[in-house]
Amino acid sequence: MIGLVVAGGASVAVGSVASAEPSSAPYAQQLTAEDGELLFRANCASCHGLQAQGTENGPSLIGVGAASVDFQVMTGRMPMAFQGPQAEKRDPQFTQEQTDAMSAYIAALAPGPGVPDDEWLDASQVDDEGIARGGALFRINCAMCHNVAGAGGALTEGKWAPALRDIEPVHVYEAMLTGPQNMPVFNDANISPEEKREIIAYLAYLDENPSVGGFDLGSLGPVSEGLFIWIFGLGGIVAVSVWLTSRPN
Amino acid sequence: MTATTARPSLTAKASNYLDERTSMSTLVATLGRKVFPDHWSFMLGEIILYSFVAILLSGTFLTFFFEPSMTEVFYDGSYAPLKGLAMSAAYASALDISFDIRGGLLMRQLHHWSALLFIAAIGLHMLRVFFTGAFRKPREINWVVGFILFILALAEGFTGYSLPDDLLSGNGLAIINGMVKGIPIVGTWISYLLFGGVFPGDDIVPRLFVLHIMLLPALVIAFIGIHLVLMVINKHTQFAGPGKTNDNVVGAPIMPLFAAKAGSFFFIVFGALVAIASTFTILPLWEYGPYDPSPVSAGTQPDWYIGFADGALRLMPGWESEILGWTVSWNILIPIAVLGLFIVLAMVYPFIEQWITGDKREHHIAERPRNNPTRTAIGAAGVWFYAIMWAAASSDLIATHFRLNVFHVTYALQAMLIVGTVIVYWLTKRIAIGLQKKDREILLHGYESGRIVRRPGGEFVEVHQPLDEYEAWKLKAYESYAPVMVRPNAKGKITPATHLRAALTRWFFEDRVSPVTPRELEVAKQHDDH
Ligand code: HEC
Ligand code: HEC
Repeated sequence: MIGLVVAGGASVAVGSVASAEPSSAPYAQQLTAEDGELLFRANCASCHGLQAQGTENGPSLIGVGAASVDFQVMTGRMPMAFQGPQAEKRDPQFTQEQTDAMSAYIAALAPGPGVPDDEWLDASQVDDEGIARGGALFRINCAMCHNVAGAGGALTEGKWAPALRDIEPVHVYEAMLTGPQNMPVFNDANISPEEKREIIAYLAYLDENPSVGGFDLGSLGPVSEGLFIWIFGLGGIVAVSVWLTSRPN
Repeated sequence: MTATTARPSLTAKASNYLDERTSMSTLVATLGRKVFPDHWSFMLGEIILYSFVAILLSGTFLTFFFEPSMTEVFYDGSYAPLKGLAMSAAYASALDISFDIRGGLLMRQLHHWSALLFIAAIGLHMLRVFFTGAFRKPREINWVVGFILFILALAEGFTGYSLPDDLLSGNGLAIINGMVKGIPIVGTWISYLLFGGVFPGDDIVPRLFVLHIMLLPALVIAFIGIHLVLMVINKHTQFAGPGKTNDNVVGAPIMPLFAAKAGSFFFIVFGALVAIASTFTILPLWEYGPYDPSPVSAGTQPDWYIGFADGALRLMPGWESEILGWTVSWNILIPIAVLGLFIVLAMVYPFIEQWITGDKREHHIAERPRNNPTRTAIGAAGVWFYAIMWAAASSDLIATHFRLNVFHVTYALQAMLIVGTVIVYWLTKRIAIGLQKKDREILLHGYESGRIVRRPGGEFVEVHQPLDEYEAWKLKAYESYAPVMVRPNAKGKITPATHLRAALTRWFFEDRVSPVTPRELEVAKQHDDH
């Protein structure tokens, strides 16, 4: 335990939590909320405060719930690498166990949305009609930021909605539940757990069936299509005609 | 082989049969002698024609299966993620074409890619004609005809884009609806008329369909006909060269050489399009879902050729004012006015230039862009202006891909639109004049050979290598203009128009490099001979 904390403490220096040598930790048994508190103090308190009450570098985490911590840490957004318009995604810096411990600690401070049950993450329970409903929900609730094909899009002030390719179902669910940063919260009254599962199934469908009509040019729509036809289509054909006319008769 | 001994072949008989009834041979013989210059830029027109053929063929296939109706149906095709959703019959049939009709997806993609190539090739072809001054007398009318073709092509593209009734095309129509409603007073009524009720209504798809497959294609074909007939009558322009003058056309006659080349070029273009259509997806409309006025997707863009209009709307600051209780949306009216002006100016440019320069001679030599710096600069500025608006249509993608703030991107593009256009004009003109000066030097004194020799007197000089005849021809073929003087007209009066015109010609030709005269060349020759 001490080793763990020291490893974490040494890396509080913002931006480089030397992944706290997670795998080398010899503690096979369940980490507890107290372990979570220690991990939090070592890695997160510089910005979020020792009691998670928030500082000028980071918001209060009281009441954000386990789901938020799990999402932020396991997608590698937290600990935040550097101050920017939006926390960047990286490889996760903690193991699932350590994250669970921190989640437990934050959840113990005040109630908040919890990590979803596996039942709501299982896309195989959704039939074709459910996928279709998920698609419709996605287009209505998410496409204005994430693009219909989930290719991502620009938001104001240098922020952006990321592409939604190959995201873990649990993170999709947690994103909807907690509304990270500029994303709105979709609580269970807005989109029920069944519907969230349908959205997850729809995204999974897109991942598994990438592009029916051939290479998708980044799913960026008419912009990539236009550039393609100018550069490769017309460019290629003009190159051929230069070659054709360069032959002596 | 003499005709008397050989029995006439079947082809000979058939052609004779036809000729006796249609007198076609004269036509074939005349057309067969039409000459095409050998320069790649003259093949752009062919790319246009061949991609149009691809559009017609694939489009005919699509009409067999497309259902132009906005009646609500529940999807029951094989694309799982849309199963059971309510959608228009148009969208459902577009999905069927994509998933349940053999070859349908390929045809849809071929149709769409060919349309993009068609308009892109038109654009490049127009630039070629513009920058080589090939629109000058006697081809002014054909420039206008071609320009109308360009507008028709845009209309074809836009109506086609709107047919499948997916989310993207619906968003496009929503923008049109917004623009129409932005017209003061009558806007709302026009919108009602267009959509047959409150947007989106039930009528727009069938209406656009009729335009898309009947009226517009008929017009396009008619105008292509006029364009080609005028081209045959006016003949091609050509770049100057030995033996290539204002009074002839040098190249391959249609029969047989050019026909063979063109035939194979047709297959190259068609083949390239099919290859693209079968490997790259275009408008994956199943991802967009059926149109529904509430969702809007990030990255909603029109096809590239409408991009400039979308970009103009994005670049315009959101000005609005209220006059006597009416809201006047300057943010819509100004872009419409600017684009309209831009298009009209480009369309009548040949007449503007003719009036300014007072040049009523016939021109059959394609001018090198540098030899007409002002026109080239106007063209470059126009291209820049267009390109910036075009880029602005993807301001959001520029922002996400380069990790920029989308507002900053917009401000930067606004500055580039206004300041940049002026800079590009000025810079192009300077560069063109610089190139002309270089040509003049080379013509008079030859190339710098890089060989330094020492004269007996101790002086070092670089040997200049004179041009061969062939090269020199290209550089010599250049006519100069001088500003038109202010002269009284027949009634002995000087009208304000005359003053304006004099000012404009000064702008056009004030900065110029005069062509090398034979006398100068003579002098330079003698100088070299020492
Ligand atoms: C460099 C400062 C910094 C560090 C270190 C940091 N965070 Fe954060 N964190 C922030 C900021 C700033 C935000 C809010 C801005 C945002 O959401 O992008 C935030 C947001 C969060 C949120 C989302 C809050 C909400 O409203 O849902 C969670 C959860 C979180 N952090 C957990 C953690 C955890 C756990 C750690 C340690 C492993 C950590 N953070 C380390 C700066 C930091
Ligand atoms: C207002 C815009 C907006 C809407 C609407 C929105 N999101 Fe997001 N979404 C965001 C932003 C911004 C982020 C990035 C947050 C961050 O980096 O912390 C995000 C992140 C996510 C992530 C995490 C992706 C990753 O790379 O880890 C998921 C999953 C997600 N959103 C799903 C959804 C779903 C599903 C919906 C619809 C129910 C939705 N979003 C609606 C803006 C939006």
